[in-house]
Amino acid sequence: MTDFVLKRMVALVLPFVQMLGFYVIFHGHLSPGGSFSGGIITGLSLIAFSLVFGLERGQEKVSERMMSLVESFGALWYGAMGLVGVLRGTTFLMNKGAGVPLGEPGKLYSGGLILLITLGVGLKVASTVVTLFVALMEEEE
Amino acid sequence: MNPYMADVLNIVFLSFLVVVAIAVSYVKDLLYAAILLGAYSVTIALIWLLMSAPDLAITEAAAGIGMTTLMIAVISKIGRKGE
Repeated sequence: MTDFVLKRMVALVLPFVQMLGFYVIFHGHLSPGGSFSGGIITGLSLIAFSLVFGLERGQEKVSERMMSLVESFGALWYGAMGLVGVLRGTTFLMNKGAGVPLGEPGKLYSGGLILLITLGVGLKVASTVVTLFVALMEEEE
Repeated sequence: MNPYMADVLNIVFLSFLVVVAIAVSYVKDLLYAAILLGAYSVTIALIWLLMSAPDLAITEAAAGIGMTTLMIAVISKIGRKGE
């Protein structure tokens, strides 16, 4: 696709789409949405870049290796956050009982570990969507 | 919102949903089928919103559009008519 208007519009809109994605991820415990929807929105912004500017330029921005690293990091991050409770002498994924400060209700930091866990899940979902797209678009020999 | 209006909207959306769901199976062109599937998920997102489930609505809209994009990616490989 070489349409000038399409390219400029995508370049204009994509930063805001990514910002919306991270907004939905970070406000998962306060407002509708969460890690899954926010991750898909973030991943879709990268997919839109690849669709409009071509798969090669998309791969330059986010390589397959980086996507697999981010994907593994998301899963490991979730496990590590769960182990905080175990290290503090309580059960897996324990939040308040493990002594994590909960913050003020209604503010952005109000769920203890939930914010960090949600970030990991969102990164994993975003990278998985991009990996799926690249796997479908690539030509198999 | 007044309750009658919610009922009317519900009926409109649900009938549109049925029409789209039947149309998807009748369309021969795969690109049109993918676009109709997008219309289906947007409609069902509006229904979730009407049922006071905004969380599901956001997920449905995002996942529906994402699925449509992935399907268009598949279509661009196998051809619009399917082989």
